Amino acid sequence: MGADGAAGRQGRASDPFATGRAVQGGSPVTDPAPIIALRDVCKFYGPFQALTDVNLDIRQGERVVVCGPSGSGKSTMIRCINRLEEHDTGSIIVDGVELDEETRNIRAVRQDVGMVFQQFNLFPHLTVLENLTIGPIRVRRMGRAQAEALGRKFLDRVHIPEQADKYPAQLSGGQQQRVAIARALCMEPRIMLFDEPTSALDPEMINEVLDVMVELAGTGMTMVVVTHEMGFARKVADRIVFMEAGRIVEAAPPEKFFSAPDSERARLFLNQILDH
Amino acid sequence: MRRRKRSLHWIDWLILAVLAGFFAVIWFRISGTLNYKWQWDRIPNYILRWDEEDGRWVANLLLQGLITTIRISIYASILALILGTILGIARCSTNLAIRMLARTYLEFLRNIPPVVVIFIFYFFLSEQIVAAFDIERWARGIARSENPEMWEFFFGDMRRFPSMISGVLVLALFESAFVGEIVRAGIQSIPRGQREAARAIGMGWGDEMRFVVLPQALRKVIPPMSNQFISLVKDSSIISLISVQELTYKTVELVSSTRMIFEAWLTTAALYFLLCFGLSLLFRRLEGERR
Repeated sequence: MGADGAAGRQGRASDPFATGRAVQGGSPVTDPAPIIALRDVCKFYGPFQALTDVNLDIRQGERVVVCGPSGSGKSTMIRCINRLEEHDTGSIIVDGVELDEETRNIRAVRQDVGMVFQQFNLFPHLTVLENLTIGPIRVRRMGRAQAEALGRKFLDRVHIPEQADKYPAQLSGGQQQRVAIARALCMEPRIMLFDEPTSALDPEMINEVLDVMVELAGTGMTMVVVTHEMGFARKVADRIVFMEAGRIVEAAPPEKFFSAPDSERARLFLNQILDH
Repeated sequence: MRRRKRSLHWIDWLILAVLAGFFAVIWFRISGTLNYKWQWDRIPNYILRWDEEDGRWVANLLLQGLITTIRISIYASILALILGTILGIARCSTNLAIRMLARTYLEFLRNIPPVVVIFIFYFFLSEQIVAAFDIERWARGIARSENPEMWEFFFGDMRRFPSMISGVLVLALFESAFVGEIVRAGIQSIPRGQREAARAIGMGWGDEMRFVVLPQALRKVIPPMSNQFISLVKDSSIISLISVQELTYKTVELVSSTRMIFEAWLTTAALYFLLCFGLSLLFRRLEGERR
């Protein structure tokens, strides 16, 4: 599954679309400490418990697909990873930083973790290029020229370089979501979270987004994807995590999960979803 | 779209007849019962008069009042905009104390009549500030100095500067409550997802406000804001009660010295109407271009 990063990367992975895995400090085989660690995480919304005793380790470079029926807590869980939701008990450690009340820690984690939303959430009053460069300029304090070069590079990698000066409203849904992916990548994160990235798209545009995600997976980016697209999961995932009612019911590699899942509920879910 | 025939039904004629009758009755009551002598010919003189010594047209009472009203409206609007924006942002703050303070201020100002608010602010705030900064002495100094022209252009007669500043301050404080609510509504109309996206790329609250929320929110609330500006021009007549020499005050002065009650007030009403309606047309034009 690709050679390790002997091609000399300094510091951050500056080009996750380059060939070969982007690896910091060693390959996953020799460096087993998880890049994301959830321990006994519980989350309540008032009396309702959204997450119960969630334990999950994700290694660097691993591609994890989270699936399950709606209301199972999949989105809640990944939103806890970049503190868009606050977990109530347990601990979440991302790239060595524990997520707690400290704003400094939260900001450090958020610059390290990119997120792609179901509703794209592009900034409508900025052009596509400005959407991409506002993070690097304002948060990473990059110079404008350098940020624009970065933005154009990622716009190119998601195959829509000509849209740089358009406004989001002028793009199709698939293009907007690709801009959203490029925007997240412009912050040069080590982890990418995807919260049902294709659920709001018309069917003919789903593939253009999934293709970009498959390419991204091929570069060794750590990805956590909440999705119903099982074809994508089969192709790309190292592990499928099945959740129901706020708990992780089963976690297994795709070959095992799709052919012979351990739990009855996973089997039921697969029957429903794979019928089409 | 089918063109509807614009003809007058018999109902329209009936309504017009009733209205005409109504005004006729009023007219007869005024001219007959009240023995009122109309002196419209004297009014223009109180707008503009010919100064014999200087040999030029000089603004008289009503025009002076109008100019003061315009000045006060502009300065109070700018101040209200700044204060109101701060209040609106505070109202949306994550800090409980700030949010509650802003909310209390806004609720008080929106639930007490403007006249009462203005008197309270005048005695508790403006008077104290004018005394504390010794503004009266400073203003008088400017009035007596060699070339007060520049100051006079912006602030009118400098001897009246303290009361004018008081008026601007209380008007701005009062109107800032409404501006604050408008800004709050604008901020809260920005979809949550965008704010989450801003936070997800690591923006702090300040950056989120400055680059994502406020640019969109302020642009969105321009229609209600321009409405509020026109409202402010009308509310400015209230500060005549604290002796600010704007249009309403001057009209009262005019009436008390010449007894031309109806002509004076009708003229003033016409002046306010021209001002406010003109502004609303202007804003409608500006908004139209934006689309």
